[in-house]
Amino acid sequence: MRDHPLTVYTPESPLRQPTKFVRDMIADLLASRELAWRLFVRDLSAQHRTSVLGYFWVFVPPLVASLPFVYLNSTGVVRMGDTPIPYAAYAIVGTIIWQTFVDALNSPLRTVNAARSMLTRINFPREAILLSGLMQVAFAFLVRLVLLIAVFAAFALQPAATAPLFFVGMLSVVGTGFMIGLILTPFGILYSDVPNSLPIATTFLMLLTPVLWYPPPGSGLAALNPLTPLITTTRDWLTTGSAAHVGGFILVSAVTVTFLVFGWVAYRLALPHLIARLGN
Amino acid sequence: MSDDIIVRVEGLSKKFCRDLKRSLWYGLKDTAADLLGGHSSNGLRRDEFWALDEVSFELARGECLGLIGRNGAGKTTLLKMLNGLIKPDKGRIELSGRVGALISLGAGFNPILTGRENIYINGSVLGLTKKEIDSKLADIVEFAEIDDFIDTAVQSYSTGMQVRLGFAVATALQPDVLLLDEVLAVGDAAFRAKCYERLARIRDSAAFILVSHDTDQIARVCSKVLVLDVGRERHLGDVEDGIRVYHELSRPRHRTSSYEQSAEGTVASLGSCDETVADGGVFSFSISLDLPELVAVADVRVVFWGDDGLPALDAYTRTQRSSLRLDAGSSTITLAVGPLTLKRGRYAVSIAVLNRSNNLHLYWGDRIRNVDVDGPITGAVPYTPPLTCVSITAENSRSDVG
Repeated sequence: MRDHPLTVYTPESPLRQPTKFVRDMIADLLASRELAWRLFVRDLSAQHRTSVLGYFWVFVPPLVASLPFVYLNSTGVVRMGDTPIPYAAYAIVGTIIWQTFVDALNSPLRTVNAARSMLTRINFPREAILLSGLMQVAFAFLVRLVLLIAVFAAFALQPAATAPLFFVGMLSVVGTGFMIGLILTPFGILYSDVPNSLPIATTFLMLLTPVLWYPPPGSGLAALNPLTPLITTTRDWLTTGSAAHVGGFILVSAVTVTFLVFGWVAYRLALPHLIARLGN
Repeated sequence: MSDDIIVRVEGLSKKFCRDLKRSLWYGLKDTAADLLGGHSSNGLRRDEFWALDEVSFELARGECLGLIGRNGAGKTTLLKMLNGLIKPDKGRIELSGRVGALISLGAGFNPILTGRENIYINGSVLGLTKKEIDSKLADIVEFAEIDDFIDTAVQSYSTGMQVRLGFAVATALQPDVLLLDEVLAVGDAAFRAKCYERLARIRDSAAFILVSHDTDQIARVCSKVLVLDVGRERHLGDVEDGIRVYHELSRPRHRTSSYEQSAEGTVASLGSCDETVADGGVFSFSISLDLPELVAVADVRVVFWGDDGLPALDAYTRTQRSSLRLDAGSSTITLAVGPLTLKRGRYAVSIAVLNRSNNLHLYWGDRIRNVDVDGPITGAVPYTPPLTCVSITAENSRSDVG
């Protein structure tokens, strides 16, 4: 005989049974790994079957974002600050980190929107969609790593001794972007204002963050921006090894973990209400 | 919960909002209420209505519940709550065991990927591991009859092939509770027969809930019926009674007297006409005619239109190799069709009297009357009874007037 787990649906908030809620969260996360992998492979191969240029689309955004600034800096029209490594390498490393942050930020809303028809018809571990989105972000980052290596080779740069910490930094960069995206998801599913404003907001945010420019010492704006320690520390760990904002980095990472859990809980609670509003 | 009962629904209610903007706002508010661990409001807020209102039933293993009701009755809402896709606003659902749902076939199919790739994706969406799918792949492919296309992109499949693939994957899950939302209506007759065979095979080990507008299908498969009408339970229990209730609900749809005319120079109208006919009884009616000249060969045609808008009966003297001879002047012709072997229900009746020589209508009443037929609920025999002329009574008025 098979065992018969009892499923109960009531109008009550699932948070009234916190132990069961947490157990379900963990069980669903574990159960969603295989499906997440399949969804990831599905999306990746589907993309490739209808694209001629393939990985080209992964390389392009950071290059397009950084090259104009490299040009402007080289002509002396704009001064980007005294970077510790050649400016072009500094800018490309910065935009690669930034692009991964933006990918992670857009990921939850994009994948949940793409899974609408599945969400309204099939009951499956909802974490699978989020996980497959994270896999896509990680995959794009790995592809860009090739670009990163090429840049290091072209400028004859040596990675710093702290380079392994670069991946820890990237984990926090992805986590922070993903956390913001996850909290925005319930709003973004209901209101198109959120997806409409995201590209504008991220472009604006990039110019406010030391991605393409080097923060002058004691710069008020850069110091107040919580993304500054995240981006600069991650980049410094790879390039110079002397990271100035480690304290800020740890603080931002801790806040990210806290809000990531909050976003996950909110996502689970919101989905049944969102699906009811989405219709078929 | 006793061993037998595997689905228990108590006082289940769900409200929806008519206004989209407000609906989205309520969605956010309900999410916030859940986050704060509170309770969302029990009553209706502005623009809200009960899409499902206080529905209760129980289902044991081996039972099949037929869910019927007109569009918007709340059938899909109920299935979605049973599947855990949306949350109830009141009441409680208890399910024991694995739930399989075919609320829509082909959800999760990616058109660009092959059938095989989609089987693995759909399988894992439904909770199967790779090993389980491996062991069921041959069976799924064979059941879906897609051997030659298994490595072809799904976008080049016909609709029927996609339906077969979806059904094959979903039933491979071997669920304890299976929710089927009008999915069997698609696919050709042979495949539908196969589906029933497979359902019958897993029937003892599961409980089904089947949504369908086809009452014949419901009568064949289900052991009890739940009739919903704008969110409320109208009937729960016996299948025959449930289908009768459903037919009552769907009745007042027929239009009558939408069109009545006669040929130039002819005065014609419907006289007496039966409004109810017993099972196996005869439908009779009379038409008053005032003809300017003799019609040597006239035909009469009677059509009964069913709920679905299709003719359930079409009796025509010409195809039955008979005709009437109508003299000039006033007369009343009385005709009869029977015995009727129609299913129980309300039919709209169209009557035509035609001149065979020029095919013009001497009289035409399109859906001129509603007739209630008291027949069996299901399984009527398609048979066209004879249309016979009972009498022609001349009233002899026109010649007097000259």
